[in-house]
Amino acid sequence: MVGLIFNRLLVAIPVLLAVITITFLMIHSAPGGPFDYDRVVSSEVMQQLNQKYNLDAPLYEQYFDYLSNLLRGDLGPSFRYPGRTVNEMIFSGLPITFELALYSIAFAILLGICFGSMAALKRNTWLDYLPMTISMAGICIPSIVLGPLLSLVFGIWLGWLPVSGWIDGIPESKILPVITLGTAYAAYCARLSRGGMLEVLGQDYIRTARAKGLSEFRVVVFHALRGGLIPVVSFLGPAIAGLLAGSFVVETIFNIPGLGRFYVQAAFNRDYTMILGTTIFFSFLIIIFNLLADIVGAAMDPRVREDNSK
Amino acid sequence: MKNLKLKIFSISRTLVVFLLFNILILSCGQRSTPVEDSIQDQVLYLGNGTEPQDLDPHIVTGVPEHKVLLSLLEGLVVSHPEGKGYLPGVAKKWEISDDGKEYLFYLNENAKWSNGARVTAEDFVYSWKRILLPTTAAQYAYMLYVLENAEDFNKGKIQDFSKVGVKAINDSTLKVTLRNSTPYFLSLLVHYSTWPVYKPIIEKFGEIDSRGTEWTRPGNFIGNGPYVLEEWKLNDVIIVKKNPYYWDKDTVSIKEIRFFASDNETSEDLRYRSGMLHYLNTIKVTKIQSYKESYPKQTRIEPYYGTYYYRINVTKDELKDKKVRQALSHAINRKEIVEKVSRGEQIPAFSFTPPDPVNFYPSTQIEFNPKKARKLFKEAGFSESKKFPKIEILYNTSEGHQKIAEAIQAMWKENLNIDVELVNVDWKTYLDRQKNLDFYISRAGWIGDYPDPNSFLDMMLSGGGNNQTGWSNLEYDNLIRKAAEATSTEERYKYFDKAEHILIDELPLIPIYTYTRVYMLHPYVKGWHPTILDTHPYQFLSLEP
Repeated sequence: MVGLIFNRLLVAIPVLLAVITITFLMIHSAPGGPFDYDRVVSSEVMQQLNQKYNLDAPLYEQYFDYLSNLLRGDLGPSFRYPGRTVNEMIFSGLPITFELALYSIAFAILLGICFGSMAALKRNTWLDYLPMTISMAGICIPSIVLGPLLSLVFGIWLGWLPVSGWIDGIPESKILPVITLGTAYAAYCARLSRGGMLEVLGQDYIRTARAKGLSEFRVVVFHALRGGLIPVVSFLGPAIAGLLAGSFVVETIFNIPGLGRFYVQAAFNRDYTMILGTTIFFSFLIIIFNLLADIVGAAMDPRVREDNSK
Repeated sequence: MKNLKLKIFSISRTLVVFLLFNILILSCGQRSTPVEDSIQDQVLYLGNGTEPQDLDPHIVTGVPEHKVLLSLLEGLVVSHPEGKGYLPGVAKKWEISDDGKEYLFYLNENAKWSNGARVTAEDFVYSWKRILLPTTAAQYAYMLYVLENAEDFNKGKIQDFSKVGVKAINDSTLKVTLRNSTPYFLSLLVHYSTWPVYKPIIEKFGEIDSRGTEWTRPGNFIGNGPYVLEEWKLNDVIIVKKNPYYWDKDTVSIKEIRFFASDNETSEDLRYRSGMLHYLNTIKVTKIQSYKESYPKQTRIEPYYGTYYYRINVTKDELKDKKVRQALSHAINRKEIVEKVSRGEQIPAFSFTPPDPVNFYPSTQIEFNPKKARKLFKEAGFSESKKFPKIEILYNTSEGHQKIAEAIQAMWKENLNIDVELVNVDWKTYLDRQKNLDFYISRAGWIGDYPDPNSFLDMMLSGGGNNQTGWSNLEYDNLIRKAAEATSTEERYKYFDKAEHILIDELPLIPIYTYTRVYMLHPYVKGWHPTILDTHPYQFLSLEP
C-alpha cells in the first residue's frame, strides 16, 4: 500500500510539471492580454503595467520565475483583481466549492446506491425500469438546463427556495445547487451500483450466505453491497475531482462564489496567474482523489490489495 | 415470504428517501423575500454585473466599480438626481473666471472622511497627483488632461507637479486652472477618477503610486461618500452602510446597500424575479417584449448616452473607397433593426454622437436607401460581373450582437448582393484583433464618459487609441482642436457638427443605433430618475411602499 502511494505521488510530479508548462504556453499564445480593455490603454500605461507584472521579461524568464515562486507556495498576484493574490482567491472560493461538492456527492451516493441496489434486486420489474430510465434522463440533462429549470419551478413559480447564492445560515439556499450538480452523478452511481450488485448477487459467497440461513437484509447489506459497490467507489475518485472542477457551471447558474467561477472568469479575462494557479490546484486535486479512490478500492477488495503488494 | 420482506424493505427505503427530500423542500415553504422585507429593513439590493476589480477610484475602469464607488466616495460636485446639472458635493460653491479657464472651489467645512477627519483642498491635490503620476499607470488619467500641464506630467514630460493646474489655496479653497475653457469640466468631476482618496490610508498600505494595496478592503477603506464599506465577499456581495460622518447624512434614508456580483444574465434575472433584488442590471433581448407586458411598471427603457456602431477597417483594400462604406451604410435598415432585432426602443442612429435634445443635436442624416447604395457600389466599380469580395463582421460572443450581425448580413446580401461571413470570438480575442486592425468590420459600442460630444468625437482623432479604424483626417482633427479652444458653447457645437458631417460622409464607422438603458426596477425604489449617463446618487433614493 505504501509502495502504491509512493509510486503514484512520484508520477504526479512530472504530470504537474507538464500541466504547468502546457498551460503556461497556451495562455501566453492566446490572443489578447490581461490589460486589453474596451477603452484602449495608452502605450505609456501599458508599459508601466507590463513592468509592474513582469510581463516585459522574456517568456522563459517569466516561466522560471513562476516555477521558483510556485516552489515557495506563491501563486502570484491576480492580473484582473489588483491587490488580490491567487492564493487568497483560491482559498476564498475553495471552501465553498468543497462544501458544494461534498453535499452533491453525498446526495449522489445516497440516491444512486438506493436506486441502483433496488433496481438490481428487482431486476426486470418496474422497480428496475423506472429508476434506470430516470437515471438515464439524469445523465442526459446537462446542469445548465436542469439548474435554471429547477430555479424556475421551485424559486419563481412555487417560491419555496432561493434561486441563487450560497448563504451560510440559510440551508435551503444550498438545495437547488446540490441537486443540480449531484443529479448526473447520482444517475451514474445508480447504474454502476446496479451493475455491481447484479454481478455480486450471482456469486458463490452470496449463495453460501443464503444457504447459511442469513436474512435477505443481512445478505444484501452486509455481503452483497460491499462487493457490489466497488465500481461505485472507483468511480468516486474521478467523480469528486470532476465535481470540483466541473462545479463552475452550477456556480455560475446559482451565483455561488466558488473556485470554479474564478477559474472560468480567469480564462476569459486572460488572468494568467489565476488560470495557472487554478489549473495546478485542480490537477493536484484530481491526482489526490484518484489516489484516494485507489486506496479505498484496495481496502474494500482484497484482490486489488494483493495485486499491489506483488 | 423472503421476497415480500425484501420488497417491503426496498420500497420503504425509497419512500424514506423521498419523504426526507420532500420534508426538506416543504419545510422551507413560502418565505418573505428580501425585497418584501426591505421597507422595514431599509436595505437596497442591487444587481451589479461582474465582480468589481478593485475599489480604488484611480485604478478601476468599469461600470460595476463605478456603482459601488458612488456610494463610498464623493467628488467636488454631485450629479443632480434628475440629470439637471450638478449639485454641491465636497464643494459647497464654486466660481468660474470669465474666460472659463479658472475654477475656485470652496469646500464644505462639514465634508468629512469616514473616520471623522476633514476633507481638505490638499486631499484633492494629492489625489489628482496620484492619478496623474505616470507610475500609477491609471487608465483614466486622461480625464484630467483638461488641467493645465496635466498631460505633460502624466506622460513624463515634466516632473514638477506644482506646474499642473491644481492648487490648494487653503484647507477650504481649491484653485483649478484649465488649459482651455472646458464647458464640460464640472461633468468630469462626477467621474470617479477625479474623486479624492485619503492620503494617510493610502500611505499606510503603500506608496502614493502603489496599485492594489489593501487600503480598499473592509476595515481599511476610508471614504467620504454617503456610505462606508462594511463587507466584501469576493464574487458574491459588497455591503455598504450609512456613513455617520457624511455631511449630508440627513438626506440619506436607505440604511444599507448590497451590491450583488453576477456574470450570468439569467441568474441575475431569476434573482430579481424571485424578490432578491430591487434592480436588475440588464434584460435579455429575447425577454424585453414579454417583460414589458408582464411587468409594465418595473421594466424601464430610458435614453442612454451611447452609440452602437460598426467599425470599418479602412486600411483593407476592399473598404478603402468611401463609396463602398457609404453603400454599406445606406443598405442598412436601422429602423428594422431596432424594431425587430434589438427591440429595446433604441433610436436609429444618424450621427456618431447621440442626439441630446437639451444640448448637442447633430444635423447629419443617414438614410436607408438601397437604390442609392447600389448606385454607389456601381460607382466604386462593383457590379454583377465584378463581384465584391467576401468580407467579415467580427463580434464578441453575445446573443444580441449575433442577431444584429445576422440582420445586417441579410440586408447587405439582399440590397448589395455581397457575401459576409460572421466571425464570433471571445472578448479578449475581439479586443486584440481590433487593436491590431485584424478585421474588416467589427461591431462596437461607445458610452460617453461625460455628457459632451467631445467624449465621442475626440475618439476618432488621427492615431487615437480608440480610433481603431486606420482612418485619419486632418480637417477633422483641426475641427476637434478648434472646438477645444472655442470660447462659447455655440461655437464649439458648430465645430462638432462639422466634424460629425465629415464622419458621416467618410464613414470610418457606421452608426447603427443610439443605446437605451433597458433594466428593471422595483416600485419600492423612489427617487430613481432617468439620466443619460445612468447615474443615480444613492443619497437621493428611498424605499417606500
